[in-house]
Amino acid sequence: MNASTQTLPVAVVFQRASPSYLNDGYSVRSWLLTRDHKRIAILYMISITLFFFIGGAAAVLFRVHLLTPSGALFQPETYNKLFTIHGVVMVFFFLIPSIPAVMGNFLVPLMIGAKDLAFPRLNLASWYVLMAGGAFTVYAAIAGGIDTGWTFYTPYSTMFSNTNVIAAAAGVFITGFSSILTGLNFIVTIHRMRAPGLTWFRLPLFIWAMYATSVIMVLGTPVLAMTLSLVGIERIFRVGIFDPALGGDPLLFQHLFWFYSHPAVYIMILPSMGVVSEIIPCFARKRPFGYKFIAMASVAIAMLGFLVWGHHMFVSGQSMYGGIVFSFLSFFVAIPSAVKVFNWTATLHKGSISLQTPMLYALGFIGLFTFGGLTGLFLACLGVNIHVTGTYFIVAHFHYIMVGGAVMGYLGAIHFWWPKMTGRTYSEFWGRISAAIIFIGFNLTFFPQFILGYLGMPRRYYAYPAEFQVLNVMSTAGASILGIGFVLPLIYFLWSLKYGKRAGPNYWNATGLEWTTASPPETENFDVTPEVVTEPYAYELKEAIDAGGLH
Amino acid sequence: MPADYTEIPEAAFENIEQQRDASKLGMWVFLCTEVMFFGGLFLAYCEYRHLHPDSFAAASSHLSWMLGSVNTVVLLASSLTVALAVRAASLRSAGTVNLFLVATVLLGIAFLSIKGFEYYTDYREGLIPGSSFTYSSSQPGVQAREVEMFFMLYFIMTGVHAFHMIIGITAFIVLIAMSRQRALSLQTIENAGLYWHFVDVIWIFLFPLLYLVGHH
Amino acid sequence: MEPHLAAGQFQLFPDQASTFAAHVDALFFFLLAITAFFSILIAGLIIYFSIRYRRSASSVPHTHGEPAWLELTWTIIPFCITMVIFVWGARLFALAFHPPADAMNIYVVGKQWMWKVQHPQGRREINDLHVPSGRAVRLIMTSQDVIHDFYIPAFRVKQDVLPGRYTSEWFEPTQPGEYHLFCAQYCGTSHADMIGTVFVLEPSKYAAWLAESSTGKSMGDTGETLYRQFGCNACHGTRAPTLAGLFRSTVKLENGQTVLADESYLRESILAPRAKIVSGYSTIMPTYKGQINEEQLSQIIEYIKSLRDFRAPEPENKP
Repeated sequence: MNASTQTLPVAVVFQRASPSYLNDGYSVRSWLLTRDHKRIAILYMISITLFFFIGGAAAVLFRVHLLTPSGALFQPETYNKLFTIHGVVMVFFFLIPSIPAVMGNFLVPLMIGAKDLAFPRLNLASWYVLMAGGAFTVYAAIAGGIDTGWTFYTPYSTMFSNTNVIAAAAGVFITGFSSILTGLNFIVTIHRMRAPGLTWFRLPLFIWAMYATSVIMVLGTPVLAMTLSLVGIERIFRVGIFDPALGGDPLLFQHLFWFYSHPAVYIMILPSMGVVSEIIPCFARKRPFGYKFIAMASVAIAMLGFLVWGHHMFVSGQSMYGGIVFSFLSFFVAIPSAVKVFNWTATLHKGSISLQTPMLYALGFIGLFTFGGLTGLFLACLGVNIHVTGTYFIVAHFHYIMVGGAVMGYLGAIHFWWPKMTGRTYSEFWGRISAAIIFIGFNLTFFPQFILGYLGMPRRYYAYPAEFQVLNVMSTAGASILGIGFVLPLIYFLWSLKYGKRAGPNYWNATGLEWTTASPPETENFDVTPEVVTEPYAYELKEAIDAGGLH
Repeated sequence: MPADYTEIPEAAFENIEQQRDASKLGMWVFLCTEVMFFGGLFLAYCEYRHLHPDSFAAASSHLSWMLGSVNTVVLLASSLTVALAVRAASLRSAGTVNLFLVATVLLGIAFLSIKGFEYYTDYREGLIPGSSFTYSSSQPGVQAREVEMFFMLYFIMTGVHAFHMIIGITAFIVLIAMSRQRALSLQTIENAGLYWHFVDVIWIFLFPLLYLVGHH
Repeated sequence: MEPHLAAGQFQLFPDQASTFAAHVDALFFFLLAITAFFSILIAGLIIYFSIRYRRSASSVPHTHGEPAWLELTWTIIPFCITMVIFVWGARLFALAFHPPADAMNIYVVGKQWMWKVQHPQGRREINDLHVPSGRAVRLIMTSQDVIHDFYIPAFRVKQDVLPGRYTSEWFEPTQPGEYHLFCAQYCGTSHADMIGTVFVLEPSKYAAWLAESSTGKSMGDTGETLYRQFGCNACHGTRAPTLAGLFRSTVKLENGQTVLADESYLRESILAPRAKIVSGYSTIMPTYKGQINEEQLSQIIEYIKSLRDFRAPEPENKP
């Protein structure tokens, strides 16, 4: 860094000139017709929290059902509807929107020094689209349910299931547009509305992650939309597109479905990785090791993620050569993730580390994502995949990534930026307790499932052979602990809104343009468009200036 | 195109230039999503055509390549009128803009009318997939079920395309109506034009794939 | 591995009851070692760094240079490891796709929600599969409705079973005993009920079990009866291609292409005869779709397979 051109974006004592975005109008109309990206982020946060607990309730119910081998609680039809709605709601209405629609919406303009996203009205529309899709899907769940699994495999979903397939498919179809519009908004905003001096390699890594995620959202989701439309058409008109009895090809459905749904998992994980890349430097007081490599790894994951969908189909009847190609490419996509893990770990080396709640979640993410990602190698490996595909091994793998990874990243993000979003602090004691409960509950729930999977217990089974009961009971015990862990933050965050200590503009003493605004920020974000002249994550400089002072 | 600095940018933007750039990039990104949307359909079509070449050739011969060609010319002409509208906008002759937008709308409606007529003749020939589908052939390699599959894909692909055209025509009508109150910005017309060109390009792929199977 | 435990006993690792299982487990343990190594490494480093570099009044974070060689190293080494895993796994996969030439065939039909098994010698089973140990067995499978999956964890083999076509998997059982059979592709309400038992018997006991069949008619015998019943013999051999020696031969089609006459070809020729026309013949064969069910189809196919052209060499058993 060139000492003569230093101008730190230093926060000064604020006299609040204009109201914060939370106080800028109290009417319902001012919230429901807002164009402020921060308010839209809050709307999303409330919605997806609701969807999370709906999906979570389904999980609690079927995990309790699985306490006994013969499944005493529900009829098979009900069980099948429960795991389907769990998957559909968690994937499409929680995980895919979560960090992009909540944290991305809130932070992207702030982090790049803009007043809002490029298309604020489109942003509001995307929330309404999510809610409309959610309404369809909840209707499908209540009015009889849907029992195809979140993967809608044909010909079961098109010709055999007599549940609300079309309503659920319509709900997911509609919600997909929310994803597309959000991604479009982010791409244009990041390209065109960066503050002066904010070159690409000065962007926070969270922005890189959001950019890569947005590319996937924009290119992948339309294929899902088309696929679900074809499922609906086949179901209504009974003409074979996917049904072999009518001349169609069920594998065509699987190719089209997974062409989106594999990149979708990178939509779910890249934002969390971006969050971790923000938290680790702040709590280690060091810039991220290998910044450019982490940034490029995000882009690499987004691109490579489109080339590997066939690894969900190794035993589907796909050709042997197809399987070999997809396996080969799947190992490639593992490497950028590994590079990130090494870089985050190296960031800790010779740092000055404090273990507040956001850091606990970030470190938990690295551990669990590493383990879960490594189990992905088992699945990319053709010989082992034959044995474990379709079993609880798969379920365990993706929950390690989705919950141990994505959800921990989401929780870490909420805790990290809560002072910024609300101007309040949460209880650090309860934050740490909840993180520990979640970590323990999570591992107890899902580690036994790896064993169950290798033993051969298939997934989506409402009943199972008696010798699998011990591991199932362990898993359910873990799930109840995990459930408690998830409920606690709801309580203490709500409590903090009224009773939490007020937070200043830069509660964590972090770098980044968002921390130069008030907490919570004014509607316009910045009085004056900032100009960026330093490299990102200038923690060393910060430490030197702050002379090691702790807040 | 010279920037009109009397235009006031939306709240989020620093200046009108930034808004224009963002607007254009936004439309391009949206068109990328549309390419992916149609892509799945094209993939399905390609698979089944590869598996059942004779049935698809037989089915395609029931489509009128003449009407398809006329429609292609009509759509290309409408792309021309849109391009001329954009040019008129850059030269600030609002009247000419309207003229060409109206021409585009009329050509679009002509396209849809011809398409509707084609659908009607297919209906009369019993080629609508579903319970009323009637077809038989003794040619080797031609099976009625596969011919029905062709027509299913034909109706879905051209139907989705027509739906996009209706959206485009509606957008132009809205723009024409709006232009009575205030001058349309160049970027808005450019964006609408981009969308229309995309719809045209999709047709350029649809026409040979569907109408010209087996023709030399 | 330990000898097979009676069903119902708690285990942490599945039985190894086929030749393939040992291969899969070896690769699995290699993967496990790598997973353990890197997980412990990363977790250990995180914990160590969090303690060693915990913040205190005197701690000063030290930003060091970021050597590119380090990035390259921890990119290339994991990549090499993954390539080893890939090659090893791909070889196993190829092995799974290539049954030995002398594998015995058993036909499986899956439907909601049961498995129907037919042995060529005639014996049939529902939800059970009797196989001899020490002999390669190839399953030829199809579904009557939705996609199912025939999974035998103890053998480490699994294959989706599709409607409208045949898929196959093979294994060579090593240990007599009883093993789980699961449907492993969600297929509707009673997916979890579509389970059964694989009985591995010593060859002599298996032969005895086969002989207990009630009718004494093999699949090929029944197939021959069906062949006449459906009038196939009226054309084949005169107006239609002869079927002697057809199985596993290469057929020339009238559009110039050639195709291998495997089970899938035979099946298609009966259900959709106009899809592939043999060179020199015309399209007069009617379709039997809707008239012949899956079991009858496999019986007819078994009969056709038995029609050897005694001048031609023994056909190879390919996937």
